[in-house]
Amino acid sequence: MDQLIEQFFNIEIMIAAWPTILRGLWMTLAICAVVIPMGLLGGLFAALGMLSQNRALRWATVGFVDFFRAIPPLVLLIFVYSGLPFAGLRLSPFAAVAIAFLLNNSAYYGEIFRAGIGSVGTGQTEAARSTGLGASQTMAYVVLPQAVRNVLPDLISNTIEVVKLTSLASVVSLAEMLYAADMARSVTYSASPLVLAAGIYLVILWPLVRLVSRFERRIAH
Amino acid sequence: METEALSGLERFAQTFLNWEVLVKYAPSILAGVGVTVWLSVLIILVGMTLGTLLACLRAYRVGPLSFLIVVFADVFRALPPLVVILLVFFGLPNAGIYLSAFMVLFVVLTLILAAFAEEILWAGITSVDKGQWEAARSTGLGFTQTLGYVILPQAMRLAIPPLTNRAIAITKMTALGTVIGVPDILNQATTAQSFSGNASPLLLAALAYVLLFLPFVIMSRWLERRYSWKKA
Repeated sequence: MDQLIEQFFNIEIMIAAWPTILRGLWMTLAICAVVIPMGLLGGLFAALGMLSQNRALRWATVGFVDFFRAIPPLVLLIFVYSGLPFAGLRLSPFAAVAIAFLLNNSAYYGEIFRAGIGSVGTGQTEAARSTGLGASQTMAYVVLPQAVRNVLPDLISNTIEVVKLTSLASVVSLAEMLYAADMARSVTYSASPLVLAAGIYLVILWPLVRLVSRFERRIAH
Repeated sequence: METEALSGLERFAQTFLNWEVLVKYAPSILAGVGVTVWLSVLIILVGMTLGTLLACLRAYRVGPLSFLIVVFADVFRALPPLVVILLVFFGLPNAGIYLSAFMVLFVVLTLILAAFAEEILWAGITSVDKGQWEAARSTGLGFTQTLGYVILPQAMRLAIPPLTNRAIAITKMTALGTVIGVPDILNQATTAQSFSGNASPLLLAALAYVLLFLPFVIMSRWLERRYSWKKA
């Protein structure tokens, strides 16, 4: 038991690792600040593409979305980071993460936005158009606000996944929180820094996880 | 000008579609496909069963037990899988427990799938109308029988599309095994890439994943339409 505590909950080691892990946390938040808005925007375009009147555009976007839902994000990230240099395109870890996640997140957010827009009745569009609003005005002011409200739990749920996904950046040596914690682990031979990082992820994400569960139950009733 | 463009294209093909490299490393990537498929099947079978079991246990509404189930489901839904994988892989040996990388990946991803499956099924169970419980009980079915024969089948219907999506997302995470040395598709491909100094194995790996998972992604699209409630 003592050995377990020593291994996983060594306070001294946690305190020593804290500054490193804190720097990692800032990098994690910086990645989130870039990839979440980019993913939301990309997803919106993907959804509009999937709902387009133009058959070619529709099929192309559905293909894009399904392709990137089928590829594991880590495979995509490693391909962008260590495959593209063979084609003469060398990216920094941060840029590689941003590009790989943009592709992956656009696909997932795109599916959610598409479902949301589909859940708004066509009567809304017809009514808005008949008042003289243009097609894009109708989409922006009438359909999208209702669509977002209808799929808000899914949007939050996917955003949790995106935050969790940022930990993959450690694989391409971007010094985010998991990378920092794992560095500290390899120096101290103790899993305590990883436990600390896990604790920080829990503090950030547990409230959101609860919120999603609450939402789901409310919709169920 | 034209010859330069051609040589550029040739160079691209040499790097990403190098036939010799592809032929040489295809068998190891195929072996990786075996590992990925085998892991995925195990994770889905055990994870789904465990998740269903937990959701059913929660239906008995035994306070402390329900609380533990909620904590389990919350923690495994909130933690990034790679954090848990590294924690278990590097932490347990120092605590005297030795698991192979394959076992670590299997256990962690199974628990994560079980956590998500429990939440999805629980949402399904609570969405079934109370009258269904009352009607079933009044015909003389016991609590467990009602749950198993009446409630769960209806909960399943609502749960199938999100369960499918979640199962795809989590089996895709088998690629994370690369980080701890599980010889899956991605691991074989990165090894082959560093041996050959050529990006073709990575492209082949990406293709293998698409071939493996695309049918399920398309199926999930179909399931969503099939099981969606009719719009008023």
